[in-house]
Amino acid sequence: MRASDLLHPRPEGLYCPPGDFFIDPVRPVNRALITHGHSDHARSGHRSVLATQQTLDIMGLRYGEQFADTTQAARLGETIVLDGVSVRFHPAGHVLGSAQIAVEHQGTRIVASGDYKRQKDATCRPFEPIQCDVFITEATFGLPVFRHPPDTEEIARLLKSAAQFPERSHLVGAYALGKAQRVMRLLRDAGYDRPIYIHGALARLSEYYQGQGIDLGTLEPATVEGGRQDFAGAIVVGPPSAFADRWARRFPDPISCFASGWMRIRQRAKQGGVELPLIISDHADWDELTGTIKETGAEEIWVTHGREEALVRWCELEGIAARPLHLVGYEDEGD
Amino acid sequence: MNRFAELLDRLVLTPSRNGKLTLLTDYFRSVEDPDRGLALAAITGDLNLAAVKPAMLRALVTERMDAVLFGYSYDYVGDLAETVSLVWPQSPGNIPNREPTLGEVAAKLQAASRSDGPKVLAGLLDNAGISARFAIIKLVTGGLRIGVSARLAKQALADFGKVDVAEIEELWHGLSPPYTGLFAWLEGKAEKPQSTAMALFKPVMLSNPVGDGDLEKLAPADYAAEWKWDGIRVQAAAEGGSRRLYSRTGDDVSGAFPDLADAMHFSAVLDGELLVGDPQEATGTFSDLQQRLNRKTVTTKMQQQYPAFMRCYDLLQIGDEDLRALPFRERRGHLETFVKTLDPSRFDLSPFVQFEDWQALEDLRRAPPHPVIEGVMLKRWDSPYVAGRPKGPWFKWKRDPHTVDAVLMYAQRGHGKRSSFYSDYTFGVWSGGEGEEELVPVGKAYFGFTDEELKQIDKYVRDNTVERFGPVRSVRADRDNGLVLEVAFEGLNRSTRHKSGVAMRFPRISRLRWDKPANEADRIETLQALLDR
Repeated sequence: MRASDLLHPRPEGLYCPPGDFFIDPVRPVNRALITHGHSDHARSGHRSVLATQQTLDIMGLRYGEQFADTTQAARLGETIVLDGVSVRFHPAGHVLGSAQIAVEHQGTRIVASGDYKRQKDATCRPFEPIQCDVFITEATFGLPVFRHPPDTEEIARLLKSAAQFPERSHLVGAYALGKAQRVMRLLRDAGYDRPIYIHGALARLSEYYQGQGIDLGTLEPATVEGGRQDFAGAIVVGPPSAFADRWARRFPDPISCFASGWMRIRQRAKQGGVELPLIISDHADWDELTGTIKETGAEEIWVTHGREEALVRWCELEGIAARPLHLVGYEDEGD
Repeated sequence: MNRFAELLDRLVLTPSRNGKLTLLTDYFRSVEDPDRGLALAAITGDLNLAAVKPAMLRALVTERMDAVLFGYSYDYVGDLAETVSLVWPQSPGNIPNREPTLGEVAAKLQAASRSDGPKVLAGLLDNAGISARFAIIKLVTGGLRIGVSARLAKQALADFGKVDVAEIEELWHGLSPPYTGLFAWLEGKAEKPQSTAMALFKPVMLSNPVGDGDLEKLAPADYAAEWKWDGIRVQAAAEGGSRRLYSRTGDDVSGAFPDLADAMHFSAVLDGELLVGDPQEATGTFSDLQQRLNRKTVTTKMQQQYPAFMRCYDLLQIGDEDLRALPFRERRGHLETFVKTLDPSRFDLSPFVQFEDWQALEDLRRAPPHPVIEGVMLKRWDSPYVAGRPKGPWFKWKRDPHTVDAVLMYAQRGHGKRSSFYSDYTFGVWSGGEGEEELVPVGKAYFGFTDEELKQIDKYVRDNTVERFGPVRSVRADRDNGLVLEVAFEGLNRSTRHKSGVAMRFPRISRLRWDKPANEADRIETLQALLDR
């Protein structure tokens, strides 16, 4: 069967007519398959949701246990048949619980990657390349300028700055699910053993990560009441928006840091008032995107959310059929 | 190379002066010769490398990658050096054993001829990582633009060696990259370098503002008074065929004023004010002088239209004789005799202001005889000429600042302690005819208010935001709504860069006018009138 009959975009999201399900729908639907727990991919109000157990747990934490009428946990690598269509979840390496979804019917296999990265990350399982006919790739950082450095180098710069400016606090802006925990884990792996102070928005998710066996060390709320009054020398992690807010006034002469792939572009850092940009991303960079496309062996590439045109151009130069897939409602990484 | 690249990246994003100083001193401490000296030279603009044109850089990169992909990338990033540093393809088979040092990079670039320059550059880029590539491209395309002045770099050297910055300034023009002797001295490993160069800078003596109650404690008879001219303070040093004009921070500005430098037929060091016009006839305004500032070269026409001259305040050296230890009264005597020997179209003497008591001087200060006077200077008759800003011997007593009532238009978040406050304000005044009034921005200020007032303005900004662009908020400001700020400033310059046509000098918020309706703020004509005076 034609690939576009197996999966195609609809206003609600990517739809599979023979299986009657959507992947990461942006509006409430009857049956939703969810790749990962970020709020633009995982929304509440669907009748039934199929996702990894960790993604279901995260949705429960964010939306309350009643986020869907029925839920089903997909085990990684296990085939589930929906109205004759086989679906399988494979790790995507994006955040805890994230998965690619392979959809197969009458000899045609499409892999919807969701968001993914190839850099190693101690807070989630690594991406597994799956052979397929059509690979649906994200393109958040789909330009040759995006080349993420090793995350350990970025954390080393943060620690160096913390040593250089011991009288100031370092405020690290990081997305509450995934990025924040990865930053904390990287700090621990680099030998940083002082308490890390966190914004309230990170508390439950970080606790969940710790419960899943991801050791983040001692985390303390970055509150003033009854706790410490002086954050000199501290590393504080919170959602980027919080640092522009009045909340941040409790910190002494803070150095604003932001952990994001966008920090590769100096002007982005400058405009955001970021003094110490940390180029740490949960999305694939240009080399990871192009490398992954080749690895999947797919004859056709569908490119979605991000800078489609450059990746489509690259595929053309490589002799791989490619087209942009216009899905709406997905956000950029970060603020 | 990576350490230098990292330093550049940190400096460009660090707004605070102290933060920059820490980054620079740490760099000097942790990096060895000659790299640290070459980095210093790159920052102060003293590292001379063959320049590479943007078109050549673009040609180099599109030989190596698809032009369409490069086009997408450049459109997105907007900066050529940065784009090239990011997209430059790294050949997987060619991984260097180690990063090249800044010294190796500079040596290769200096040795390259014009014809093999591109090849040498490409070879360097092949062997460097992203940050290092950016730094290399910045070095060859000229202009680091990292917000560090030569003055700040010298301050960092002073902090690093725990010496007075005046000592660095005095030595500076006799030194050359990579400054090995200078660093050895600052680290206490060698004697202070002895300079054999001619016409060196002598650190300038500065004054303190007259504070409340200061004058009551001083006897008028102990002080001489001179007009404070609104030009730029310069030092003219000539010796053995070397002629240099220095700014007050020791930057060599001779290149911008060849007309004045050519008239320095003497062997002496003079302190004075650089002005434009004809000392016999008319003194030009600061706005006129500005036409001559910050230029590397200057046209004949410009020199004719705005000829530069020096109004002399002091004489620091004559021949081999250093006069700085003499009292002001004696130096002044030498100066008066000396100025008579100079070209009268290029040099004149700063006249004394005669006064009996402080009240009489106050009256003169408030109504000076010339618009290019910005106040009076007081100098103790017995004061020696010492570097820096000693408290007591010299005072400046400026005329009162101008003020204007303007409306807050945009607010930007600050940095460091102020990163969660909207603390940088763009303000405007009214223009346009009746019924068509609109605000036109006339300046930006980020100090002058108290911490308590900052909190109040911050709240006002958050409550009255109309639009947000990154860290900037546009604030509700129309005929019926808006916060009026009383802005004090020292003067106005004509500006072609600003829509309003004016640029304020040293603007600061002097008062919050919560009581004043926005439509009663000043109009642009009020400022224009000041300009035409």
